[in-house]
Amino acid sequence: MNTYGVKAIYLFELARTWRTLMQSIASPVLSTSLYFIVFGSAIGSQIVSIDGISYGAFIIPGLVMLTILTESTSNASFGIYMPKFSGTIYEILSAPVSAFEIVAGYVGAAATKSILLGLIILLTARLFVDYSIAHPLLMLLFLVLTCVTFALLGFLIGLWANSFEQLQIIPMMVIAPLTFLGGTFYSISMLPEFWQKVTLLNPVVYLVSGFRWSFYGSADVHIGVSLAMITLFIAICSGLIAWVFHTGYKLKN
Amino acid sequence: MDSIIEVNNVSKTYKTGFQALQPIDLSIKRGEIFALLGPNGAGKTTLISIICGIVNASGGTITADGLDIQRHYRQARQRIGLVPQELAVNIFESVWNTVKFSRGLFGCAPDDAYLEQLLKNLSLWDKKDSTIMALSGGMKRRVLIAKALAHQPRILFLDEPTAGVDVELRRDMWAMIRRLRDEGVTIILTTHYIEEAEDMADRIGVINKGQLMLVEEKHRLMRDLGRKSLTVHLTQPLAVLPSPIDSETVELAADGLSLSYQYNTAATDTGVAELLQTLAQSGIDYSDVSTKQSSLEEIFVSLVEEKA
Repeated sequence: MNTYGVKAIYLFELARTWRTLMQSIASPVLSTSLYFIVFGSAIGSQIVSIDGISYGAFIIPGLVMLTILTESTSNASFGIYMPKFSGTIYEILSAPVSAFEIVAGYVGAAATKSILLGLIILLTARLFVDYSIAHPLLMLLFLVLTCVTFALLGFLIGLWANSFEQLQIIPMMVIAPLTFLGGTFYSISMLPEFWQKVTLLNPVVYLVSGFRWSFYGSADVHIGVSLAMITLFIAICSGLIAWVFHTGYKLKN
Repeated sequence: MDSIIEVNNVSKTYKTGFQALQPIDLSIKRGEIFALLGPNGAGKTTLISIICGIVNASGGTITADGLDIQRHYRQARQRIGLVPQELAVNIFESVWNTVKFSRGLFGCAPDDAYLEQLLKNLSLWDKKDSTIMALSGGMKRRVLIAKALAHQPRILFLDEPTAGVDVELRRDMWAMIRRLRDEGVTIILTTHYIEEAEDMADRIGVINKGQLMLVEEKHRLMRDLGRKSLTVHLTQPLAVLPSPIDSETVELAADGLSLSYQYNTAATDTGVAELLQTLAQSGIDYSDVSTKQSSLEEIFVSLVEEKA
């Protein structure tokens, strides 16, 4: 194991966060605060409660998810796309690091940023809403697994993308809509029966639901199903990344 | 001298069907400076990229210091440093951080004293805290060299190291390359500047259209393939060449005041004595005789044109 190599990539990527502090941390925190003000206070004041939870508290897990899904994806995709774009990927490919170590460095850094961001958002939410976390360890586990999963997805997108436009297209056109439609701001039990079944095809539902369960002990989907789904997503993304490194697709000509 | 790199039957065909490298066998000797010459698109960078692990070969095997670059890629790559052709470097990083990153990436424990000396040797120490975007093109190229040497490799690939740099910096780099060779580093360089290969290389390989055309000791190559030109400066203008001088091998200048004769230095009978004897017998006086050895560039051009 080339621990120095993993550490070098990991620290290099984290250093990028500090260089772009406003973009990396301040901007998502600001936009999440605006969500709390608009949805939690303005609109939420018109909704009494969902499953016995105040609307403001209900949306906290969804809002954290909304941010960490997009941030994990964009951080990891940008992290590996930039060396491809600038040509510095030659150094990574010619170094004595395995595919696992490269992924550990990039995905680890992207996931770390998102985990920190999720925790910062939870602290920020405390300024607006009073909430409690019923299962803090499970909440942390879900936070970590979700960040890792979407950082893996982002890494795949970065490997696949040929342009900055392609880099943005999946986070903007796929992940953001799925998150909004995945029960971020509502319980899927509030939907008509047909749309409830359709919504279950949305993978984000299982993430939001599981994360919400760790807060309030109740959710749209059983916690076991949520954990199984997130494990499946990790397996799919890891398998695809392993295939890319094995074949050299878009990486080694 | 034992070999440090062995390339056996290595080929590369892209998915488009373009064959960038025909099956190549090449042996690089430990401690030498090997220059790989070839026109644009000849396959120089492809070959280097395959050895360094950046491009997958379509076939063949490569060992670096006796280690298969696929099966023992960690140990093999730790021995190799690469300075790419393009100025590919993260422009937002500082010189110090980027060199430190390279050392870590190649699995080496931090060694600030070594990196300090390295930057001093490359005249980059006073720029260590500068971001790379603030450096000149020549400085950026030095940063790339510093990155390639950060993990103390035993084999260094330099892909067009002096492309686009000024004469002074080029001379500095040549001196640095010689110093590295003296320290035991094997250097493999590709270059467009044949003067560079002529000045520095111990051996030369010529590659064209993905085919390694020859590999030879530089001096032997210049002796065997090099031609010499003899110029005889006459005291009186000459209208026609006297018999039996062959007008196909001897050329009379337009003003009739000089004769030039091309000959192979490796030949047992160069024909120089006979030419001078014939001139004397014909009563043609000459004031001076000069010779000029053909350059590596002329050899290279004739080789590439011959096989084209």
